[in-house]
Amino acid sequence: MKKQYTVSVFTENKIGLLNRVSIIFTRRHINIQSITASESEVQGIHRYTIVIEENEILVQKVVKQLEKQVDVVKAFYHDNDQLIHQEIALFKVPTNSLAGSGEVEQIIRSFNARILAVHQDFTIIEQTGHKNETQQLFADLQPHGVLEFVRSGRVAITKPMKELKDYLAEVEFASDLQNTKNYTNGKA
Amino acid sequence: MKTEVLEKKRSMTGAEAIVHCLLKENVDTVFGYPGGAIMPFYDALFDFQNDIKHILVRHEQGATHAAQGYARASGKVGVCIATSGPGATNLITGIADAQIDSTPLVCITGQVASKLLGTDAFQETDVVGISMPVTKWNFQVTRAEEIPVALAKAFFIARSGRPGPVLIDITKDAQFGSFEFEYEPCAKVRSYVPEPLVEIEKIKEAAHLINNATRPLVLFGQGVILGDAQEEFKTFIEKAGIPSAWTILGLSALHNGHPLNVGMLGMHGNYGPNLLTNQCDVLIAVGMRFDDRVTGDVNKYAKQAKVIHLEIDPSEINKIITADVAVLGDCKRTLDLLTQEIKQNKHSNWLAQFRKCDDLEYQKVGKQELHPSADKEISMGEVIRIVSDKSKGNAIIVTDVGQHQMVAQRYYEYTKWRSNITSGGLGTMGFALPAAIGAKVGAPERLVIAVIGDGGIQMTIQELGTIFQYGIDVKILLLNNEFLGMVRQWQELFFDRRYSFTEMVNPNFQHLAKAYNIPSYKVEQRKDLEGEIEKFINHRGSYLLEVKVGKENNVFPMVPTGASVSDIRLE
Repeated sequence: MKKQYTVSVFTENKIGLLNRVSIIFTRRHINIQSITASESEVQGIHRYTIVIEENEILVQKVVKQLEKQVDVVKAFYHDNDQLIHQEIALFKVPTNSLAGSGEVEQIIRSFNARILAVHQDFTIIEQTGHKNETQQLFADLQPHGVLEFVRSGRVAITKPMKELKDYLAEVEFASDLQNTKNYTNGKA
Repeated sequence: MKTEVLEKKRSMTGAEAIVHCLLKENVDTVFGYPGGAIMPFYDALFDFQNDIKHILVRHEQGATHAAQGYARASGKVGVCIATSGPGATNLITGIADAQIDSTPLVCITGQVASKLLGTDAFQETDVVGISMPVTKWNFQVTRAEEIPVALAKAFFIARSGRPGPVLIDITKDAQFGSFEFEYEPCAKVRSYVPEPLVEIEKIKEAAHLINNATRPLVLFGQGVILGDAQEEFKTFIEKAGIPSAWTILGLSALHNGHPLNVGMLGMHGNYGPNLLTNQCDVLIAVGMRFDDRVTGDVNKYAKQAKVIHLEIDPSEINKIITADVAVLGDCKRTLDLLTQEIKQNKHSNWLAQFRKCDDLEYQKVGKQELHPSADKEISMGEVIRIVSDKSKGNAIIVTDVGQHQMVAQRYYEYTKWRSNITSGGLGTMGFALPAAIGAKVGAPERLVIAVIGDGGIQMTIQELGTIFQYGIDVKILLLNNEFLGMVRQWQELFFDRRYSFTEMVNPNFQHLAKAYNIPSYKVEQRKDLEGEIEKFINHRGSYLLEVKVGKENNVFPMVPTGASVSDIRLE
């Protein structure tokens, strides 16, 4: 059964890696719903947050093929229950739509959205939340005129507590062939 | 002794540094083709002709296949060189072949100067982008000082873990730039785990299943060869007494005459191992990846069996067939550990079932194929049988793709390790001729026979020029049925005999060989076959033997696409 999964890929910071990561999905004809790249808490390690809708077995295979890439340190997948996730949306509306009835003001208040900038002609509204929330704000603002709308990809933090640096240490240990050769029974 | 192998730092150009990196990696042979963007390297190589043998191929695809043949015959990393643009794109087929068949290659391409990148400069192509899906790793170098680290990493990544092709693209200005050269071989890349850590618990679980099995079956692939685990593998199957069948890339990892070798898996494999895959109780896959040509319909594949998968690449586990026990690691080590945990055993009755299948297969297929009656045209099988006898099973057989490939692998009696070189995963027609060149260079003491069809030979026939120029002793066995035989067979069986564009009007291959000063003979009658094959094998130097074989012969047995392995057809 298809379900929404968030794939987190931790990589070295190298040119072209985004391409190497994305072709693992595209060669299996998987549509990427959103993708976000950023630095991680560990210096030099970047993370990609990729949202897809697929069945879990396939996601497992994709994650292993991602990890197989030389410059990929670690890859994980999570369903939405295991994540805290957020997206940010920006809306450009005509400034005069805020005058008058106060309806737009009401909408902004009810969504806890923020006004980032006010110009003579336009006003920029910012809203962070899950996609359905930013989508709803878009729907509500539309009758009043939305000149431009943009939404970021998902960023997500997982609930499990193991830290990235611990995974990194594991991978770095295993990357040393001396360790691989000497490793028995769960211990080096 | 290599000329001027450097111990200390020395100022040099990037181009010279590439040569010195190759020397530091003990590269003795490279296959390549010069051109604008790689000229500084070629200029530097000019002074090192006694240290690095450069084989000038006739097309860059030939360079990759030759490097593959070299790697597969020698166990070393194959190296090929090409210029930017078309030179680089011509490498792609061979790189893709090396990727799917896990062959260690380092491909070095020249690139336009870094300031021209992205401007559609003359002979500029984004080879890093193009090769990304078909390389284990690739990297673009734009500064001379990056060269040693990039090449050290390239060799390490290509040969370690599950081997594969690596491409390093080096801009022309990086080749011209000067820097202080220093070389440190790469032993580790922090984000890359070449060999997963072995879990002893899994070894124990696997041993438990094997010890309690009554009808175990081993399937072995190229992992045994790549892991240099010939002895460990033999010791393992002999202790446990398990019938063992090979994938086409696993062929020659175990002597064909070994009592536990039960033959070939897959679409045109042997009857016994295919049929009995669906009767075994424990299936032990060693260094193989359950290709669809091996499994047939996966929903009807070994459903009754517990599956143990010994594999170095974690992404192969559960990719096609779910493993009950996955034993990750280099099979040289895991097989050794597993052998310590298993009981001495014999499965005589079970093994006898394979032999019974062999008899049936011989009656239905082998007999006619290997010894056709006098009124029949020459069969590919009888040619291979005689070649096998006359070479005592000692040759390296390099095959192309198609009917002749299946027949060569089915009927050549391999006795030696690393003796089968073929394009398995990608099925690249045109592979054999250049790969045989590389194989001979990589294993000069071995007899190298390229078995090729009339279609495949014409895809890379220009490499006759390479054979000619360097006097490389490659025996070319051309099995000519004047058809793209395998496609024709499918058209006969599954497309109502509509032979759509599979018939070939061929040139006079003797004339072609003569143009390259390669002696040749064309056998059209059975009475000449044995004597001519003898002459062919004993000839000193390269030789083309063309044999006119039955135009519409088919390869059997056959597992039709989408059928179960146990639905294998003998006729």
